[in-house]
Amino acid sequence: MTITEPVEVRPAETSSPTGDEELAADRPWVVLVWNDPINLMSYVTFVLQKLFGYSVEKATELMLQVHHEGRAVVSHGTREKAELDVFRLHEHGLWATMQRDA
Amino acid sequence: MLRRRRPLLEARAGGRWVLHLDADERAFLARLAGELAALLQHDPDDPGLRRLFPPAHTDDIASEAEYQIHLGADLRASREASLGILAATAERTTLDEGEVTAWVQALNAVRLVLGTRLGIADDSDEPPPDADEATTTVWAVYDFLGWLLDRAVRSL
Repeated sequence: MTITEPVEVRPAETSSPTGDEELAADRPWVVLVWNDPINLMSYVTFVLQKLFGYSVEKATELMLQVHHEGRAVVSHGTREKAELDVFRLHEHGLWATMQRDA
Repeated sequence: MLRRRRPLLEARAGGRWVLHLDADERAFLARLAGELAALLQHDPDDPGLRRLFPPAHTDDIASEAEYQIHLGADLRASREASLGILAATAERTTLDEGEVTAWVQALNAVRLVLGTRLGIADDSDEPPPDADEATTTVWAVYDFLGWLLDRAVRSL
């Protein structure tokens, strides 16, 4: 299963002295949900559907990935978007973290 | 013959929901929400609350500190708000969309705290056979909230 969309690599901006940093800043962030023994499977599926608009099939697939593999990437984007997504997941009691896409 | 139970929540026109709970259940849930709200206010460092405030960054201390400065207080305020809405609307038959969301968040928050207190560590956990009466009661509440939440999200 593809859990992250391909990263669009921008052409190198040789004119910019901060080219490398800019590229790093553009590297998307991923939001992970981690397995935990308390949240119900039906609840996790519901939250993923509600917050990200996933179909019940997609949300169930992600929930099962969390359950069996210990974690799943549930969204990605800019740092600001990832922070908001983590916040909304925390509001719903899910165990979510963010990190730069590998 | 088994009687089919009504769904917990029934959709109505205009994004409203009818909540089917009896008066005792409503009073009990309002009490739980009130107790957790009081704990958040008076004893925010209680270890039972740690699952309500997980870190956003586990690989970068500076980013985590920054995140907490930006959003830590917001999460606390959001938790208090949802618990407050549950307590304030506990006797209402009809809830709007935002109130239903608050109910779900608040019930799950209470369940997370009880589960943390019970030391639930894996999916198959169940009460120890030698549990005392107080622990058995907490287990019963934990299971009840799980049953309610499961029914709620299946109706939504």
